[in-house]
Amino acid sequence: MQPASKGILRSLMPHLFLLMGCVVMLLPFLWQISTSLKGPGEVFTYPIQWWPSSLNWHNYAKLFEAVPMTRYIFNSLFVAVLATGLELLISSLAAFAFARLRFRGRDQLFWLYIATLMIPGQVTLIPSFIIIRELGWYDTYQALIVPGAFSAFSTFFLRQYFRRVPRELDEAARIDGASSLFIWLRIVLPLSKPALAALMIFSFLGQWNSFLWPLIVTISPEMRTLPIGLTAFQGEFGVEWQLLMAGTVIATLPVIALYAIGQKWIVDGINLSGSS
Amino acid sequence: MLGVLVFTVFPVIFSLIISFHKWDLLTAPEFVGLKNYISLFTDDLIFRRVLENTLVFLIVLVPSQTAISLLLALALNQNLRGMSIYRTIYYLPVVTTIVAAALIFQIMLDFDYGAISGVIWQIGDWLQLPLQPPDWLNTTLWAKPAVIMLTLWKNVGFTTVLFLSGLQGIPAALYEAASIDGANAIQRFRYVTLPMLSSTTFFIIIILVIGAFQLFGEAFILTGGGPAYATMTVTQYIYENAFKFFRMGKAAAISWVLFVAIFAFTLLQVRLQRRWVYYEMEQ
Repeated sequence: MQPASKGILRSLMPHLFLLMGCVVMLLPFLWQISTSLKGPGEVFTYPIQWWPSSLNWHNYAKLFEAVPMTRYIFNSLFVAVLATGLELLISSLAAFAFARLRFRGRDQLFWLYIATLMIPGQVTLIPSFIIIRELGWYDTYQALIVPGAFSAFSTFFLRQYFRRVPRELDEAARIDGASSLFIWLRIVLPLSKPALAALMIFSFLGQWNSFLWPLIVTISPEMRTLPIGLTAFQGEFGVEWQLLMAGTVIATLPVIALYAIGQKWIVDGINLSGSS
Repeated sequence: MLGVLVFTVFPVIFSLIISFHKWDLLTAPEFVGLKNYISLFTDDLIFRRVLENTLVFLIVLVPSQTAISLLLALALNQNLRGMSIYRTIYYLPVVTTIVAAALIFQIMLDFDYGAISGVIWQIGDWLQLPLQPPDWLNTTLWAKPAVIMLTLWKNVGFTTVLFLSGLQGIPAALYEAASIDGANAIQRFRYVTLPMLSSTTFFIIIILVIGAFQLFGEAFILTGGGPAYATMTVTQYIYENAFKFFRMGKAAAISWVLFVAIFAFTLLQVRLQRRWVYYEMEQ
């Protein structure tokens, strides 16, 4: 073989390998979209139909008639937005306290925080459920939002970032008479935008995709988030796959859109958490 | 801060206390000492099954996901055109809701009419051979591979991005020096890439082991833990005991066994890392 063609082959190899991988990665999405647009007789056929003969967009309309999709979508959005906002607020305040304030037992408390990172969620699942029940929050929005808003990981992540903000800035502000709250809001937070953006996207994705916790603390159809609604739908209408796939498309689209917009921060965020 | 105490520190202690009791949430808890733990390991056949399943998932998932994502990251790290497009595509399943992903796999793996079966039947027809696709979701033999495929598909992008960022942190000068010393591509990989990447690899193996122990949604939605408990995971067993049979004490005990197992495995790896993980600081 000629050296030149060998070079081309060598440079094409990774592309071929990666393209094959892409087909594997994208095939399920293709199947999902194609099924969601199929007619009732086209889902289970042999030979298989890769693409529907005509696009049945009304499957999506039918889905909204069959189940309270609007309610599911609202619940998912409402919970994800509020929980994310609350999580950012709480963890940035706590992280600020750990990074900047001096108080007794600060370091011990911080290590307690870190220690909780090691504990799998399964351990706190049952007690958290019992606490929710005792508070009378079972099957309410509070149950879906509040526990998820306290995150030791976010606190740790933000603390590491806050420590990179030059201390001279807040010392200067303090000499000018600024309060801690002012420093947190006007100096540390604006300088930590990349970390906050990454965290915001991560926790929104986490909340939107959350499955086990909403499964446990909700019972009534009115409180279901999208993932729970979809599994319930499968139980009730197990046969109507084209509608179910339409539902999964609706559950998937927002996260993919968010990912497309926030990709830069996500990659930076992964690198940040990997290095800290 | 109080919140973390209320929703993490307190529950940990509370959960330990519950695990020593028999409690159905309706009647008063009854102290039973270590009975929950003892019966788990002596007369609970399902729990034994669950442990075996976890071990299989662990042994298959950790090496295969590490290897696949390392290969993908190496391919992505060639300064290719369109790298960010590839990276985006590989990351898509990571951000997808597990419920959606599992439902898609459920229909793709359908024995009679799924996409995979369809392709296999079709090839059989063409070649005039009686090819029989696996009945992924209804046989104990194929249910585990189905869960493993879904898990790999869903998560491989995440570890690929981690590996990629590790690879990009390796100074080009090291490769140049190795080339000057006459190292070929395989030697460069063996003596530069692998050692320089070892702290990333270590981190990835740790999170993969923890992830394998905590597997839930994948199997719960795809196969419901079946058939015949073949894909029942620890977390699903906790869920069913607590919220289907209301055996809070037993469920809490299982969660503590899980915690101890994860802790022990992580500690073991931290011990072992001294043998193979290379840190630049030490030089």
